[in-house]
Amino acid sequence: MSIATSSEERFAQASQLQLTWWRFCRHRLAVISLAVVAFFYLVVIFADFLAIADPHAVDARRSFIPPQGFALFDSGAWSPHVSGLKGVRDPRTFKLTYTPDPARKLPVKFFVRGYSYNLFGVIPTDRHLFGIEGGQPVDGVFLLGTDQLGRDLFSRLIVATRISLSIGLAGVTLSLMLGILLGGISGLYGGAIDTLIQRLIEVVRSIPTIPLWMGLAAALPNTWSVTQVYFAITLIISLVSWTELARVVRGRFLALREEDFVIAAELAGASQMRIILRHMLPSFASHVIAAVSLALPVMIVSETSLSFLGLGLRPPAISWGILLQDAQNVQVLAGAPWLLCAAVPVIIVILAFNFLGDGLRDAADPYG
Amino acid sequence: MLIYVARRLALALVTCAAISLLTFIIIRLPPGDFVDAYIANLAVGGSSVSAEQADAMRREYGLDKPVAVQYALWMGRVIVGDFGVSMMWKRPVTEVIGDRLWLTMAVSISALFLTWTIALPIGIYSAARQYSIGDYVATTLGFIGLAVPNFLLALILMYLGFRYLGLSVGGLFSPDMAQAPWSWAKFRDLMVHLPLPASVLALAGTAQLIRIMRANLLDELRKPYVVTARAKGIGETRVLVKYPVRAALNPFVSSSAYLFPYLVSGSIIVSLVLGLPTVGPLLLQALVAQDMFLAGTIVLLLGILTVIGTLLSDLLLMWVEPRIRLQGRA
Repeated sequence: MSIATSSEERFAQASQLQLTWWRFCRHRLAVISLAVVAFFYLVVIFADFLAIADPHAVDARRSFIPPQGFALFDSGAWSPHVSGLKGVRDPRTFKLTYTPDPARKLPVKFFVRGYSYNLFGVIPTDRHLFGIEGGQPVDGVFLLGTDQLGRDLFSRLIVATRISLSIGLAGVTLSLMLGILLGGISGLYGGAIDTLIQRLIEVVRSIPTIPLWMGLAAALPNTWSVTQVYFAITLIISLVSWTELARVVRGRFLALREEDFVIAAELAGASQMRIILRHMLPSFASHVIAAVSLALPVMIVSETSLSFLGLGLRPPAISWGILLQDAQNVQVLAGAPWLLCAAVPVIIVILAFNFLGDGLRDAADPYG
Repeated sequence: MLIYVARRLALALVTCAAISLLTFIIIRLPPGDFVDAYIANLAVGGSSVSAEQADAMRREYGLDKPVAVQYALWMGRVIVGDFGVSMMWKRPVTEVIGDRLWLTMAVSISALFLTWTIALPIGIYSAARQYSIGDYVATTLGFIGLAVPNFLLALILMYLGFRYLGLSVGGLFSPDMAQAPWSWAKFRDLMVHLPLPASVLALAGTAQLIRIMRANLLDELRKPYVVTARAKGIGETRVLVKYPVRAALNPFVSSSAYLFPYLVSGSIIVSLVLGLPTVGPLLLQALVAQDMFLAGTIVLLLGILTVIGTLLSDLLLMWVEPRIRLQGRA
């Protein structure tokens, strides 16, 4: 008996999960997307650590500062620095405006002290990845410029990622529960219940969603706290988008119900719960995961759209939609085009989740 | 076939009923009613309303009756075409909405036809010429359509138009035409302005349909009957169009069914960005002011028109696709 494991033998002995993973790795774009998504969720976890300035700190003096890169070298030597801000009085309007002053160099340091926050929500600290120490209160690193109220856009974008991506996850979890419950019942029992649920799905799908969301979101009382609004918006978004997940779950249930191994388990006297959890769930889990990763970008866009309209999350909460709300006006955009930066992560995340979902779906299909 | 049409009609009626109920729930959801909002609004202006006056207003608008009665009263009036008075504008709701509803439909329907006419040929082309330059262009376009939410696309286009061409891209009419009564010239003006918002709206759906059409046609083209047809010496175009395209049309058609609600939905938010005179901006204002009859009427009419539009597009597609006709008979 030969001990050497050929690739063929490895293939034969591989578990279902391993096979899926190998198939997934063949999809180059999906692997890259997985890395991108992982990167974004790392940003979510370390948001406050990565942020440079307090995303809520308002300073009218540094309103609409254009993006400032930092120089890495100073006359040939390694010394990352940014320029300080200088007040210049307009000779005609006598208005004091702050512009970068290349003469005043402020060194950029790593692990500097900044505003205090709780790392992972529990460890109180005030260390940030990089920033400047000292300098005047108005100075700062403005990688993506500032908004009208002088808040650093880069820091706001990082912190917004946390809310935008987590609301996607929370929304998907809710609609997954609804989808599995209703889709599962529909696929498992069939008959009249199935017809009823299928008609319900058709009705929900033929209602234009945005007016409905707008109506529901506008109904949230003004007095609610940021957290309450957050959960309400999550609920609203997931209430409308569970149908696709329910459809996938039902389809899998219907297909699996006829499979020989399920019938065998039934004949062997396994309980219905055991058949579902032990025999059916492993075979359709990957399909559900794929459907979830395709549903996530929809959730994220929904939240962004609602907040963009001013009906979703409300300041002081920061999400991508809220940042884009500032960019709504063309006149403002013409003066401060960097406000459109918030569109970039939205586009990247949607693309990444879509490719990831496509890759997972292909990987989950054993005959693909 | 008749059974199929009857089933679709019944479903459309149920959907309309569901929409009316949902609309009413939305209207009733905010704590406090319009009178509260109205009083708060007056208080900001410095004047106040006495409790008796407030009660009189509530009675006038039927706000003092039980919820079920309010719904029944509202539905009864809606069915005969009386949508009530906009409390914010102090004018009948239908008058406030005016042409806006039809313009919303005009934008959405043009986007629908644009999606079909673009997606079908491009989808067929990129499957027939897989990995050609045209296919890559279509795929790239597809990714853009997939990744950029349409309101962002509108925002970016508007910025680019303003920055580099110095013109305002928004609106459905030229400034001098906006208030003019309907005439042939105004219609032509609309036709000139319609393509941009319609394309912005159509892009996402087009991208999706191209992907579906391409994938399905590729599957079809690999089947043995295509090889047989080719071996028998049938011309390449005929080989493609006669069977594979028709077979691949089914998933294309079934995913088109939900396209219309999606487009109507998108038109609301795109209108807000591009400043189109559709119901979008009006709905937002009405919701913010808790103008219940106005907001409710917009959501209701929009929903019902969407259901009718979806029904019509279903019937149109059924005419194209024989398999659906046959399904109804089974």
